[in-house]
Amino acid sequence: MEEKDIFEKVIEILKPYVRETEDLKTATKETDILNDLKVNSSRLVDIILAIEDEFDIEVSDDEADEVQTIGDTVSLIAGKI
Amino acid sequence: MNHRRVVVTGLGIIAPNAHGIQNFEKALRQGKSGIRFLPHLEKLQFGCRVGGIPDNLDQISKEYFPTDILNVLNESMRYAGIAALDAWTDAGLNIPLPDDDQVNWDSGAIVGTGIGGADTLGIIIPKVNEGRARRLGSAVVEQTMSSSVSARLSGFLALGNQVTTNSSACSTGTEAVIMGYERIREGKADKMLCGGAEGSSPYIWAGFDAMRVLNTGKNDAPEQASRPMSATAGGFIPGAGSGILLLESLDSAQQRGARIYGEILGGAVNSGGQRNGGSMSAPNGEGVQRCIRTALHNSGIGTGDVDVINGHLTATMADPLELANWAAALERAPDDLPYIHSTKSLVGHCLGAAGGIECVASLLEVYKGFIHGSINCEDLHEKIQPYEKRVVHHTIEKDFKTLIKASFGFGDVNSCVVFQKYEG
Repeated sequence: MEEKDIFEKVIEILKPYVRETEDLKTATKETDILNDLKVNSSRLVDIILAIEDEFDIEVSDDEADEVQTIGDTVSLIAGKI
Repeated sequence: MNHRRVVVTGLGIIAPNAHGIQNFEKALRQGKSGIRFLPHLEKLQFGCRVGGIPDNLDQISKEYFPTDILNVLNESMRYAGIAALDAWTDAGLNIPLPDDDQVNWDSGAIVGTGIGGADTLGIIIPKVNEGRARRLGSAVVEQTMSSSVSARLSGFLALGNQVTTNSSACSTGTEAVIMGYERIREGKADKMLCGGAEGSSPYIWAGFDAMRVLNTGKNDAPEQASRPMSATAGGFIPGAGSGILLLESLDSAQQRGARIYGEILGGAVNSGGQRNGGSMSAPNGEGVQRCIRTALHNSGIGTGDVDVINGHLTATMADPLELANWAAALERAPDDLPYIHSTKSLVGHCLGAAGGIECVASLLEVYKGFIHGSINCEDLHEKIQPYEKRVVHHTIEKDFKTLIKASFGFGDVNSCVVFQKYEG
């Protein structure tokens, strides 16, 4: 799967958790999930669970802690599939 | 100590027979039942297959909550949020923007629940049993903690005063109103959102079905199923929803020129100690009467000053005892009792939300000058027949001054509050 496809799937996964879905339209790999998209920090757990289900991968707690931007997420997924 | 006067300036309601104050007033006046046949209860082999569940919750929720919040609200949290936001705006107050960092330090919430997030527990339990605890997601704590129904309100409205949940079974909602009243009266807050919320999960209702306290005889006639004071009552009908009042100091209300639905003169809460016939599930009559008398005393009015009773009246065998307790506490003969009626005849027994919903009904009646009809009691219980003239079967248009509202709950706990038309 190309990074572009992973990126688009991550955007779709993030939709229920962002305050303004409009913000996702201009999101880039540098977009910070908590600060720019105003996702509640507790919900990172749910986002990781959704990623595990979508890509059929396992993400450790330490790996999840490193995720800050959409780019971090894409790289993490790309390294596991 | 100089106690402050406390008034009600906002009402919020999502009940089985209506959402919103105007719709609820109309439903009360028309005697509209919110009890429906519920196919899922039939599938689950419940004895009682009818209940009161507010209509269109999903659609209404979308109008109140952004998606990221809505996704983490269970049913009772949604009811509480909708009723609280409605009460706040009904009082003429603005809902703060999420990015506005100003906190309302003098405003708080006491919103109770009887059982709470049982729908969420239904998701948690199988996953944990399957060894999948780590896949529960992040929201199950905030959905199952007892304070789930109040905790979100702090964020919605930037409440900076006490934000908590009380729980005293079916006395919960009325108790919350009294607790908020006391807090404002003592000068600890200016505004308090008070009431109760309860979901409709079969996991909540199953226990009552198992106890054989629900009416199983009217599954084919849902609107006739909730029959307080009737000879054919047969048990209560479970309901869900939320009723929340915005209580405010009179000073605060006057300063901002708020509309006043009525004044809270006083109230009382107690327990019968589970003695003299009282138990976990039955009231000690002496405790009930003391609670009513103490509420009157705290309100500074006499037994002859009460015009209307909004009873607890659930449609169980306790109804005749409740009438006798009112007559004894108010020292009134059966044919001289204040007008008495049951909001549960229209919405069922909404458990932890019941007191909140019924206090909203009571304030509307005080403010608008009517007493809604208590349906399904054409055939009064023989022990209630002596009170026949005072039972309100059909809505009466009548300006009156003072209404007393009581709620009773498992644990032999009682709450009683006195509302009065505000006349300056």
